[in-house]
Amino acid sequence: MESRTTSRRTFLTMSMGLPLGAALAACGTSGPGTPGGGGSSGGGGGAKASYWFLSTEPQEGVRRRTAERFNQANPNGQIEFTTFQNDAFKTKIKTAIGAGEAPTIIWGWGGGGLRSYVQAGQVEDLTSWFDQNAAVKDKLFPSSFGAATVDDKIYAMPCETMQPIVLYYDKRAFDKIGAEPPQSWGDIMDLVPKFNAKGIAPFSLGGQSRWTNMMWLEFLFDRMGGPEVFQAVFDAEKDAWSNPVAIDALTKMQDLIKADGFIKGFSSITADSNADQALLYTGKAAMMLHGGWTYGGMKQDGGDFVPGGNLGFMNFPPIDGGKGDPGNTVGNPGQYMSISAKATPEQKEIAKKFFSTELISDKSAEEWVSTGAVPVIKGSEKFFANSPDAEFLNFVVGIANNAKVFQQSWDQALSPTAAEVLLDNIAKLFQLSIGPQEFATNMNAVIGK
Amino acid sequence: MVTVPPRGRPSAATRVRGSGALAWLAVPALLVFVGFGVIPLLGVLALSFTTWDGLSQDITFSGFTSWSAVLSDPGLPHALWVTFLIMALSWLVQTPASILIGVFLAGRQRYRTLLAVLYFIPLLLSSAAIAITYKALLDPNFGLGAGLGLDFLTQDWLGDGTLAMGVVIFIVSWQFIPFHSLLYQGGVRQIPRSMYEAAELDGAGRVRKFFSITLPQLKYTIITSSTLMVVGSLTLFDLIFVLTAGGPGDATRVLALDMYKRGYQANLMGPASAIAVILVLVGLALALFLRRLGGRDAGASQLEGA
Repeated sequence: MESRTTSRRTFLTMSMGLPLGAALAACGTSGPGTPGGGGSSGGGGGAKASYWFLSTEPQEGVRRRTAERFNQANPNGQIEFTTFQNDAFKTKIKTAIGAGEAPTIIWGWGGGGLRSYVQAGQVEDLTSWFDQNAAVKDKLFPSSFGAATVDDKIYAMPCETMQPIVLYYDKRAFDKIGAEPPQSWGDIMDLVPKFNAKGIAPFSLGGQSRWTNMMWLEFLFDRMGGPEVFQAVFDAEKDAWSNPVAIDALTKMQDLIKADGFIKGFSSITADSNADQALLYTGKAAMMLHGGWTYGGMKQDGGDFVPGGNLGFMNFPPIDGGKGDPGNTVGNPGQYMSISAKATPEQKEIAKKFFSTELISDKSAEEWVSTGAVPVIKGSEKFFANSPDAEFLNFVVGIANNAKVFQQSWDQALSPTAAEVLLDNIAKLFQLSIGPQEFATNMNAVIGK
Repeated sequence: MVTVPPRGRPSAATRVRGSGALAWLAVPALLVFVGFGVIPLLGVLALSFTTWDGLSQDITFSGFTSWSAVLSDPGLPHALWVTFLIMALSWLVQTPASILIGVFLAGRQRYRTLLAVLYFIPLLLSSAAIAITYKALLDPNFGLGAGLGLDFLTQDWLGDGTLAMGVVIFIVSWQFIPFHSLLYQGGVRQIPRSMYEAAELDGAGRVRKFFSITLPQLKYTIITSSTLMVVGSLTLFDLIFVLTAGGPGDATRVLALDMYKRGYQANLMGPASAIAVILVLVGLALALFLRRLGGRDAGASQLEGA
């Protein structure tokens, strides 16, 4: 009796253990296999290239329809796409690349992130492909290639839209205090007390997101010392952050913060929730320095604000005594697609075909214009005329065409390691918990890392 | 391992007979634990002696460089301090509140059962959802304060280091007090009625009964609940990540967040693994310490065999 019960128990535990073990084994094989689905094995008829992209509308729809049009035209070489939310994507793509399970088409922001993929040998060198397909290269804005280039070789296809950082302002607020938009840094500092006296915050800022603060420093550095100041950091010159111009720019930044230039409690506000945009269109703040992509957001959420012609926009004004060209801009010169080095030759061919056909087709350009953004594809202006956003679109194209330098966002240009330290110290600088010298010292420590 | 005597002091016969089957029963749990606990842990330990950016296929052995980088970084003592602060403060807030609510809910009245169900609600929500909601409520311009026109609620809640810390502790407590109350409710209900009756005969009042019977009898519940709180706040990540992302600056950057930022945002898997090992060691030390605190005198509580 006794021994029988025991053996039945033993049997039970074992039978419970076995399926569990089998389930574990299944997890082990299917886990990495599924996301890389198209990556590891093609179907019978034709190979499939995999492509991951971000899931926010209206951009998601354009990306999806572009891929679908390509699939309709190419039944034998399809693209399988998967969508991800922004922050999840950033982590997921890194993990997948590290595990050798990257999608065929690696979407990204170019710059330092792309450099880290290149150094790890994970993406294809596209230089010779662009040489053979000069027509493709000619169709794209030349300024978009900077962030796709690592050590004079092109590793990514510029795509989608260019997003310069723009100084937005509320015309109603300027009417209230009877002033004109700022033409210089001096004007900005003069406007601050005037707006504060009327109970309007001079500038909106989503300071919790950190990169929002960074856009200010990018312009201050460029207007005061030209692109050379940050270039020295990028080129890993020793103590580049201690450049007197840099210290001066950081000091000016803190002066504006101390003068209550930004909305009270800006460190509690995030850009993810679009609360910073809301401050502008609800009339709580008079100005906002933000990416071109926020135009679409304000148009959508701001009610009558954008259609009613209350939104003004301009390039960042010059700074008295600064050496930088006031035509320069900063931001995202484009988005980027690379091809995984781990993909099969068939998959690589599909990706290249996608790059040279549907990705830069007129239809794609037109769809991007309809989102209120300027595609990196040349000749998109012909679609502007029908757009209610023509004024803004022409303004963005004007900036892009006139800018001698389109500086890529610092956190994208630097390596992920340095970018994290940068954002950290920028947050502290805006909190006034560290001064310009301490900022420079902390940043010098990670130069070239 | 096989012959750990259960607390009920079984007879020698049952111990011998049961031991074989009992060992087998542990196998599934052991497999899962080894597969998902021990092996990854060893992997992390190995990674902490390497340099790896999480991208390339070659992981290079680099001795103690990651460890010296982490140990010499002023960010580590800061993160440890923040972690400790959150641990200590949230324990101080949660424990008294949970005990009181738990004792209150242990009563058999109907309305108390209803309240118990209501109190339980925060526990049903995910930390990420709670964090997003609080973030919206605390927004200085569009949040609760601005909406209701209450100026004292319009603070720079997440932008000021001290306030942000307070907010984190408040939300953690709000979320987990129901859970710990539940533990205490169960604990109180197991205290034999006879002890209270004896005390009442001796003329003890409510307060006296609470301090002389309820609290001492809850000793093991307090230890269990404290262990869960302490270890839980050590690995507290999701709430802080969504709510403040460690900010403002690094005011709420706990050890777990520091590890994530180094590993996945700064691509430094070596140092991140070193922090992970430190986290495990601190967690183990704390759990052991709390167990010791419980002592080995099983007779201290009269829950069984009184």
